[in-house]
Amino acid sequence: MLEHYLSLFIKSVFIENLALSFFLGMCTFLAVSKKVKTAMGLGVAVVVVQAITIPVNNLIYVYLLRDGALVWAGYPELDLSFLGLISYIGVIAAMVQILEMTLDRFFPALYNALGIFLPLITVNCAILGGSLFMVERNYNFSESIVYGIGSGFGWALAICALAGVREKMKYSDVPDGLKGLGITFITVGLMAMGFLAFSGIQL
Amino acid sequence: MSIKQTLFDPVFKNNPIALQILGICSALAVTTKLEAALVMSVAVVVVTAFSNFFVSLIRSYIPSSIRIIVQMTIIASLVIVTDQVLKAFVYDVAKSMSVYIGLIITNCIVMGRAEGFAMKNGPLISFMDGFGNGLGYAIILIAVAFFRELFGSGKLLGHTIFPLASEGGWYMPNGMALLSPSAFFLIGAFIWILRTFKKDQVEQD
Repeated sequence: MLEHYLSLFIKSVFIENLALSFFLGMCTFLAVSKKVKTAMGLGVAVVVVQAITIPVNNLIYVYLLRDGALVWAGYPELDLSFLGLISYIGVIAAMVQILEMTLDRFFPALYNALGIFLPLITVNCAILGGSLFMVERNYNFSESIVYGIGSGFGWALAICALAGVREKMKYSDVPDGLKGLGITFITVGLMAMGFLAFSGIQL
Repeated sequence: MSIKQTLFDPVFKNNPIALQILGICSALAVTTKLEAALVMSVAVVVVTAFSNFFVSLIRSYIPSSIRIIVQMTIIASLVIVTDQVLKAFVYDVAKSMSVYIGLIITNCIVMGRAEGFAMKNGPLISFMDGFGNGLGYAIILIAVAFFRELFGSGKLLGHTIFPLASEGGWYMPNGMALLSPSAFFLIGAFIWILRTFKKDQVEQD
Protein backbone atom coordinates (compact mmCIF):
# COMPACT_ATOMS: atom_id res chain seq x y z
CA MET A 1 0.00 0.00 0.00
CA LEU A 2 2.76 2.37 1.00
CA GLU A 3 4.60 1.35 -2.15
CA HIS A 4 1.65 2.45 -4.27
CA TYR A 5 1.66 5.92 -2.72
CA LEU A 6 5.42 6.19 -2.98
CA SER A 7 5.39 5.38 -6.67
CA LEU A 8 2.53 7.84 -7.23
CA PHE A 9 4.64 10.50 -5.52
CA ILE A 10 7.75 9.78 -7.59
CA LYS A 11 5.64 9.69 -10.73
CA SER A 12 4.06 13.07 -10.04
CA VAL A 13 7.40 14.67 -9.17
CA PHE A 14 9.59 13.40 -11.99
CA ILE A 15 7.82 11.51 -14.74
CA GLU A 16 4.70 13.64 -14.97
CA ASN A 17 6.26 16.91 -13.91
CA LEU A 18 3.53 19.56 -14.20
CA ALA A 19 5.82 22.26 -15.53
CA LEU A 20 8.13 20.37 -17.83
CA SER A 21 5.96 17.68 -19.32
CA PHE A 22 2.48 19.22 -19.11
CA PHE A 23 3.49 22.88 -19.53
CA LEU A 24 1.33 23.99 -16.63
CA GLY A 25 1.92 27.21 -14.73
CA MET A 26 4.23 28.40 -17.49
CA CYS A 27 3.40 32.10 -17.19
CA THR A 28 4.55 32.34 -13.59
CA PHE A 29 7.23 29.74 -14.28
CA LEU A 30 8.91 32.04 -16.79
CA ALA A 31 8.13 35.34 -15.09
CA VAL A 32 9.21 34.56 -11.52
CA SER A 33 12.33 32.49 -12.22
CA LYS A 34 14.94 35.22 -12.31
CA LYS A 35 16.21 34.64 -8.76
CA VAL A 36 16.51 31.38 -6.83
CA LYS A 37 15.23 32.96 -3.63
CA THR A 38 11.92 34.20 -5.04
CA ALA A 39 11.52 30.99 -7.01
CA MET A 40 11.88 29.05 -3.78
CA GLY A 41 9.20 31.18 -2.09
CA LEU A 42 6.77 30.64 -4.92
CA GLY A 43 7.60 26.93 -5.01
CA VAL A 44 6.75 26.50 -1.32
CA ALA A 45 3.49 28.41 -1.81
CA VAL A 46 2.52 26.14 -4.71
CA VAL A 47 3.25 22.97 -2.72
CA VAL A 48 1.06 24.20 0.16
CA VAL A 49 -1.82 25.28 -2.06
CA GLN A 50 -1.70 22.08 -4.16
CA ALA A 51 -1.66 19.90 -1.02
CA ILE A 52 -4.84 21.62 0.20
CA THR A 53 -6.88 22.31 -2.93
CA ILE A 54 -6.54 18.95 -4.68
CA PRO A 55 -7.93 16.89 -1.75
CA VAL A 56 -10.70 19.48 -1.17
CA ASN A 57 -11.67 19.42 -4.84
CA ASN A 58 -11.56 15.64 -4.66
CA LEU A 59 -14.16 15.69 -1.86
CA ILE A 60 -16.32 18.14 -3.82
CA TYR A 61 -16.13 16.02 -6.94
CA VAL A 62 -16.87 12.73 -5.18
CA TYR A 63 -19.67 13.96 -2.90
CA LEU A 64 -21.33 16.71 -4.95
CA LEU A 65 -20.55 16.72 -8.66
CA ARG A 66 -19.91 13.19 -9.91
CA ASP A 67 -22.60 11.30 -11.78
CA GLY A 68 -24.78 9.86 -9.00
CA ALA A 69 -22.77 11.58 -6.28
CA LEU A 70 -25.85 13.15 -4.74
CA VAL A 71 -27.33 9.81 -3.68
CA TRP A 72 -26.92 10.85 -0.05
CA ALA A 73 -29.14 13.87 -0.65
CA GLY A 74 -31.83 11.86 -2.42
CA TYR A 75 -31.00 12.80 -6.03
CA PRO A 76 -29.42 9.63 -7.44
CA GLU A 77 -29.86 10.57 -11.11
CA LEU A 78 -28.29 14.03 -10.91
CA ASP A 79 -25.01 14.61 -12.80
CA LEU A 80 -23.48 17.99 -12.00
CA SER A 81 -20.04 17.29 -13.45
CA PHE A 82 -20.46 20.11 -16.00
CA LEU A 83 -20.23 22.53 -13.06
CA GLY A 84 -16.77 21.16 -12.29
CA LEU A 85 -14.65 23.94 -13.72
CA ILE A 86 -16.49 26.76 -12.00
CA SER A 87 -16.51 24.97 -8.63
CA TYR A 88 -12.81 24.09 -8.73
CA ILE A 89 -11.74 27.61 -9.57
CA GLY A 90 -14.04 28.92 -6.82
CA VAL A 91 -12.52 26.49 -4.32
CA ILE A 92 -9.02 27.48 -5.37
CA ALA A 93 -9.72 31.19 -5.05
CA ALA A 94 -11.39 30.70 -1.67
CA MET A 95 -8.66 28.39 -0.39
CA VAL A 96 -5.92 30.83 -1.36
CA GLN A 97 -7.81 33.61 0.40
CA ILE A 98 -8.31 31.55 3.57
CA LEU A 99 -4.71 30.39 3.52
CA GLU A 100 -3.58 33.99 3.21
CA MET A 101 -5.65 35.08 6.20
CA THR A 102 -4.59 32.10 8.32
CA LEU A 103 -0.93 32.64 7.58
CA ASP A 104 -1.26 36.34 8.31
CA ARG A 105 -2.84 35.59 11.69
CA PHE A 106 -0.78 32.63 12.91
CA PHE A 107 2.48 32.52 10.91
CA PRO A 108 3.35 36.13 10.07
CA ALA A 109 6.95 35.20 9.20
CA LEU A 110 5.85 32.72 6.53
CA TYR A 111 3.19 35.16 5.34
CA ASN A 112 5.78 37.87 4.78
CA ALA A 113 8.08 35.43 3.02
CA LEU A 114 5.37 34.32 0.57
CA GLY A 115 4.10 37.88 0.17
CA ILE A 116 2.67 38.62 -3.24
CA PHE A 117 2.98 35.05 -4.48
CA LEU A 118 -0.13 33.76 -2.74
CA PRO A 119 -2.70 35.80 -4.73
CA LEU A 120 -0.75 35.08 -7.93
CA ILE A 121 -1.31 31.39 -7.39
CA THR A 122 -5.06 31.64 -7.99
CA VAL A 123 -4.47 32.12 -11.69
CA ASN A 124 -1.63 29.61 -11.90
CA CYS A 125 -2.78 26.88 -14.25
CA ALA A 126 -0.71 24.27 -12.41
CA ILE A 127 -3.19 24.46 -9.53
CA LEU A 128 -6.34 24.11 -11.64
CA GLY A 129 -4.56 21.59 -13.85
CA GLY A 130 -3.72 19.46 -10.82
CA SER A 131 -7.37 19.34 -9.81
CA LEU A 132 -8.48 18.49 -13.34
CA PHE A 133 -5.93 15.68 -13.62
CA MET A 134 -7.11 14.35 -10.26
CA VAL A 135 -10.66 14.14 -11.67
CA GLU A 136 -9.56 12.68 -14.99
CA ARG A 137 -7.49 9.94 -13.37
CA ASN A 138 -10.08 9.09 -10.71
CA TYR A 139 -7.80 9.42 -7.71
CA ASN A 140 -9.37 8.61 -4.36
CA PHE A 141 -9.00 10.89 -1.34
CA SER A 142 -5.66 9.62 -0.01
CA GLU A 143 -4.20 9.36 -3.50
CA SER A 144 -5.22 12.95 -4.15
CA ILE A 145 -3.30 14.12 -1.06
CA VAL A 146 -0.16 12.35 -2.29
CA TYR A 147 -0.69 13.65 -5.82
CA GLY A 148 -1.21 17.20 -4.52
CA ILE A 149 2.04 17.23 -2.57
CA GLY A 150 3.97 15.43 -5.30
CA SER A 151 2.85 17.58 -8.19
CA GLY A 152 3.43 20.78 -6.22
CA PHE A 153 6.89 19.56 -5.25
CA GLY A 154 7.73 18.70 -8.84
CA TRP A 155 6.72 22.17 -9.98
CA ALA A 156 8.76 23.79 -7.20
CA LEU A 157 11.77 21.67 -8.14
CA ALA A 158 11.51 22.72 -11.78
CA ILE A 159 11.22 26.44 -11.05
CA CYS A 160 14.16 26.39 -8.61
CA ALA A 161 16.30 24.58 -11.17
CA LEU A 162 15.39 27.05 -13.90
CA ALA A 163 16.10 30.01 -11.62
CA GLY A 164 19.53 28.54 -10.86
CA VAL A 165 20.31 28.21 -14.55
CA ARG A 166 19.08 31.73 -15.29
CA GLU A 167 21.19 33.23 -12.51
CA LYS A 168 24.28 31.74 -14.12
CA MET A 169 23.14 32.77 -17.58
CA LYS A 170 23.64 36.43 -16.71
CA TYR A 171 27.30 35.92 -17.48
CA SER A 172 26.85 34.46 -20.92
CA ASP A 173 26.79 36.27 -24.24
CA VAL A 174 23.37 35.72 -25.78
CA PRO A 175 22.41 36.98 -29.30
CA ASP A 176 20.32 40.16 -29.09
CA GLY A 177 17.11 38.69 -30.44
CA LEU A 178 17.24 35.79 -28.01
CA LYS A 179 17.87 37.85 -24.88
CA GLY A 180 15.45 37.36 -22.03
CA LEU A 181 12.44 35.36 -23.06
CA GLY A 182 13.86 33.58 -26.10
CA ILE A 183 16.82 31.99 -24.39
CA THR A 184 14.66 31.10 -21.40
CA PHE A 185 12.38 29.09 -23.65
CA ILE A 186 15.33 27.21 -25.08
CA THR A 187 16.71 26.55 -21.60
CA VAL A 188 13.36 25.19 -20.48
CA GLY A 189 13.32 23.01 -23.58
CA LEU A 190 16.70 21.55 -22.65
CA MET A 191 15.50 20.96 -19.09
CA ALA A 192 12.39 19.24 -20.40
CA MET A 193 14.68 17.01 -22.46
CA GLY A 194 16.55 16.15 -19.30
CA PHE A 195 13.32 15.23 -17.55
CA LEU A 196 12.38 13.00 -20.48
CA ALA A 197 15.06 10.66 -19.18
CA PHE A 198 12.68 9.76 -16.36
CA SER A 199 9.92 8.77 -18.74
CA GLY A 200 11.37 5.32 -19.25
CA ILE A 201 10.93 4.43 -15.59
CA GLN A 202 8.18 1.91 -14.99
CA LEU A 203 6.41 2.25 -11.66
CA MET B 1 -7.37 53.69 -31.46
CA SER B 2 -9.28 52.53 -34.51
CA ILE B 3 -11.08 49.23 -34.60
CA LYS B 4 -8.72 47.87 -37.22
CA GLN B 5 -5.69 48.75 -35.14
CA THR B 6 -7.23 47.18 -32.04
CA LEU B 7 -7.89 44.05 -34.01
CA PHE B 8 -4.53 43.59 -35.74
CA ASP B 9 -1.98 45.08 -33.34
CA PRO B 10 -1.95 42.04 -31.05
CA VAL B 11 -1.26 39.68 -33.95
CA PHE B 12 2.32 40.79 -34.69
CA LYS B 13 3.14 44.07 -33.02
CA ASN B 14 2.11 43.20 -29.51
CA ASN B 15 1.72 39.44 -29.60
CA PRO B 16 0.37 38.07 -26.31
CA ILE B 17 2.61 34.99 -26.36
CA ALA B 18 5.85 36.35 -27.79
CA LEU B 19 5.93 39.72 -26.08
CA GLN B 20 3.64 39.69 -23.08
CA ILE B 21 4.41 36.05 -22.09
CA LEU B 22 0.75 35.35 -21.47
CA GLY B 23 -1.07 32.08 -21.92
CA ILE B 24 1.86 29.87 -22.76
CA CYS B 25 0.64 27.07 -20.55
CA SER B 26 -1.87 25.66 -22.97
CA ALA B 27 -0.06 26.96 -26.04
CA LEU B 28 2.52 24.25 -25.84
CA ALA B 29 0.52 21.28 -24.77
CA VAL B 30 -2.07 21.08 -27.53
CA THR B 31 0.31 21.58 -30.43
CA THR B 32 1.31 18.01 -31.29
CA LYS B 33 -1.49 17.91 -33.86
CA LEU B 34 -2.67 20.72 -36.09
CA GLU B 35 -6.30 19.72 -35.63
CA ALA B 36 -6.17 20.10 -31.84
CA ALA B 37 -4.39 23.44 -32.21
CA LEU B 38 -7.11 24.72 -34.55
CA VAL B 39 -9.86 23.69 -32.17
CA MET B 40 -8.01 25.24 -29.25
CA SER B 41 -7.48 28.47 -31.20
CA VAL B 42 -11.16 28.78 -32.02
CA ALA B 43 -12.05 28.11 -28.38
CA VAL B 44 -9.64 30.75 -27.10
CA VAL B 45 -10.70 33.37 -29.67
CA VAL B 46 -14.36 32.85 -28.77
CA VAL B 47 -13.78 32.92 -25.03
CA THR B 48 -11.50 35.97 -25.10
CA ALA B 49 -13.78 37.96 -27.40
CA PHE B 50 -16.96 37.22 -25.49
CA SER B 51 -15.48 37.56 -22.01
CA ASN B 52 -14.18 40.98 -23.02
CA PHE B 53 -17.60 41.85 -24.42
CA PHE B 54 -19.54 40.81 -21.32
CA VAL B 55 -17.08 42.26 -18.82
CA SER B 56 -17.18 45.53 -20.73
CA LEU B 57 -21.00 45.55 -20.77
CA ILE B 58 -21.24 45.41 -16.99
CA ARG B 59 -18.01 47.24 -16.22
CA SER B 60 -19.66 50.24 -14.55
CA TYR B 61 -21.70 48.01 -12.24
CA ILE B 62 -18.82 45.86 -10.92
CA PRO B 63 -17.51 47.01 -7.52
CA SER B 64 -13.74 47.12 -7.88
CA SER B 65 -13.12 45.05 -4.74
CA ILE B 66 -14.77 41.96 -6.21
CA ARG B 67 -14.00 42.50 -9.89
CA ILE B 68 -11.57 39.58 -10.15
CA ILE B 69 -14.14 37.07 -8.96
CA VAL B 70 -16.81 38.55 -11.25
CA GLN B 71 -14.48 38.28 -14.26
CA MET B 72 -13.53 34.78 -13.21
CA THR B 73 -17.18 33.73 -13.07
CA ILE B 74 -17.89 35.14 -16.53
CA ILE B 75 -14.83 33.45 -18.00
CA ALA B 76 -15.53 30.13 -16.27
CA SER B 77 -19.13 30.11 -17.54
CA LEU B 78 -17.97 30.81 -21.10
CA VAL B 79 -15.39 28.05 -20.88
CA ILE B 80 -17.98 25.59 -19.62
CA VAL B 81 -20.24 26.45 -22.58
CA THR B 82 -17.32 26.04 -25.00
CA ASP B 83 -16.34 22.76 -23.39
CA GLN B 84 -19.87 21.38 -23.68
CA VAL B 85 -20.16 22.49 -27.32
CA LEU B 86 -16.83 20.87 -28.20
CA LYS B 87 -17.78 17.66 -26.42
CA ALA B 88 -21.03 17.60 -28.38
CA PHE B 89 -19.61 18.23 -31.86
CA VAL B 90 -15.93 17.22 -31.97
CA TYR B 91 -15.82 14.68 -29.17
CA ASP B 92 -12.61 12.89 -30.22
CA VAL B 93 -10.54 16.04 -30.46
CA ALA B 94 -11.99 17.40 -27.22
CA LYS B 95 -11.13 14.11 -25.51
CA SER B 96 -7.55 14.17 -26.76
CA MET B 97 -7.05 17.68 -25.39
CA SER B 98 -8.07 16.40 -21.93
CA VAL B 99 -7.74 19.10 -19.30
CA TYR B 100 -6.46 21.89 -21.52
CA ILE B 101 -9.88 23.20 -22.56
CA GLY B 102 -10.74 23.73 -18.91
CA LEU B 103 -7.44 25.47 -18.43
CA ILE B 104 -8.54 28.31 -20.70
CA ILE B 105 -10.02 29.70 -17.47
CA THR B 106 -6.57 30.31 -16.06
CA ASN B 107 -5.16 31.37 -19.42
CA CYS B 108 -3.68 34.73 -18.57
CA ILE B 109 -4.62 36.22 -21.95
CA VAL B 110 -8.33 36.04 -21.18
CA MET B 111 -8.01 37.43 -17.67
CA GLY B 112 -5.38 39.98 -18.70
CA ARG B 113 -7.51 41.45 -21.48
CA ALA B 114 -10.63 41.53 -19.31
CA GLU B 115 -8.76 43.35 -16.56
CA GLY B 116 -6.53 45.50 -18.73
CA PHE B 117 -8.79 46.48 -21.59
CA ALA B 118 -12.45 45.60 -21.14
CA MET B 119 -12.75 47.32 -17.75
CA LYS B 120 -11.91 50.66 -19.38
CA ASN B 121 -13.47 50.48 -22.87
CA GLY B 122 -16.81 50.07 -24.59
CA PRO B 123 -18.27 46.65 -25.51
CA LEU B 124 -17.65 46.72 -29.26
CA ILE B 125 -14.01 47.77 -29.13
CA SER B 126 -13.40 45.32 -26.26
CA PHE B 127 -14.87 42.54 -28.35
CA MET B 128 -12.44 43.43 -31.14
CA ASP B 129 -9.52 43.58 -28.73
CA GLY B 130 -10.39 40.15 -27.37
CA PHE B 131 -10.75 38.80 -30.89
CA GLY B 132 -7.38 40.26 -31.92
CA ASN B 133 -5.55 38.88 -28.92
CA GLY B 134 -7.17 35.52 -29.48
CA LEU B 135 -5.88 35.65 -33.06
CA GLY B 136 -2.39 36.57 -31.90
CA TYR B 137 -2.46 33.52 -29.69
CA ALA B 138 -3.91 31.37 -32.46
CA ILE B 139 -1.25 32.27 -34.99
CA ILE B 140 1.60 31.06 -32.76
CA LEU B 141 -0.34 27.97 -31.74
CA ILE B 142 -1.00 27.04 -35.36
CA ALA B 143 2.57 27.79 -36.46
CA VAL B 144 4.00 25.57 -33.72
CA ALA B 145 1.50 22.80 -34.39
CA PHE B 146 2.22 22.96 -38.13
CA PHE B 147 5.91 22.23 -37.63
CA ARG B 148 5.40 19.69 -34.87
CA GLU B 149 2.90 17.61 -36.80
CA LEU B 150 4.75 17.91 -40.10
CA PHE B 151 8.15 16.89 -38.75
CA GLY B 152 6.89 14.61 -36.01
CA SER B 153 4.61 12.41 -38.04
CA GLY B 154 4.90 13.64 -41.62
CA LYS B 155 1.23 14.57 -41.70
CA LEU B 156 -0.97 17.65 -41.68
CA LEU B 157 -4.51 17.41 -40.35
CA GLY B 158 -4.14 13.64 -40.69
CA HIS B 159 -3.22 13.74 -44.41
CA THR B 160 0.18 12.34 -45.31
CA ILE B 161 2.57 14.99 -46.64
CA PHE B 162 5.88 13.19 -46.21
CA PRO B 163 5.40 9.41 -46.77
CA LEU B 164 6.96 7.65 -43.77
CA ALA B 165 9.89 5.30 -44.20
CA SER B 166 8.07 2.67 -42.16
CA GLU B 167 5.23 2.71 -44.69
CA GLY B 168 7.43 2.52 -47.77
CA GLY B 169 8.09 6.25 -48.18
CA TRP B 170 11.28 8.20 -47.64
CA TYR B 171 10.68 10.33 -44.54
CA MET B 172 12.18 9.30 -41.22
CA PRO B 173 9.93 10.96 -38.60
CA ASN B 174 11.62 13.11 -35.98
CA GLY B 175 10.17 11.70 -32.77
CA MET B 176 11.52 14.64 -30.83
CA ALA B 177 8.99 16.95 -32.48
CA LEU B 178 6.16 15.07 -30.79
CA LEU B 179 7.72 15.40 -27.34
CA SER B 180 7.39 18.40 -25.07
CA PRO B 181 10.86 20.01 -25.48
CA SER B 182 10.36 20.74 -29.19
CA ALA B 183 7.51 23.14 -28.39
CA PHE B 184 9.84 25.20 -26.22
CA PHE B 185 12.51 25.26 -28.91
CA LEU B 186 10.01 26.29 -31.59
CA ILE B 187 8.57 29.15 -29.55
CA GLY B 188 12.11 30.25 -28.63
CA ALA B 189 13.01 30.28 -32.32
CA PHE B 190 9.79 32.09 -33.21
CA ILE B 191 10.59 34.84 -30.69
CA TRP B 192 14.10 35.07 -32.07
CA ILE B 193 12.85 35.56 -35.63
CA LEU B 194 10.22 38.08 -34.53
CA ARG B 195 12.74 40.12 -32.58
CA THR B 196 15.33 40.06 -35.34
CA PHE B 197 12.89 41.95 -37.53
CA LYS B 198 11.36 44.08 -34.79
CA LYS B 199 14.38 45.45 -32.98
CA ASP B 200 12.33 47.46 -30.50
CA GLN B 201 11.12 44.24 -28.84
CA VAL B 202 14.64 43.17 -27.83
CA GLU B 203 15.04 42.97 -24.05
CA GLN B 204 17.89 44.83 -22.44
CA ASP B 205 19.83 43.40 -19.49
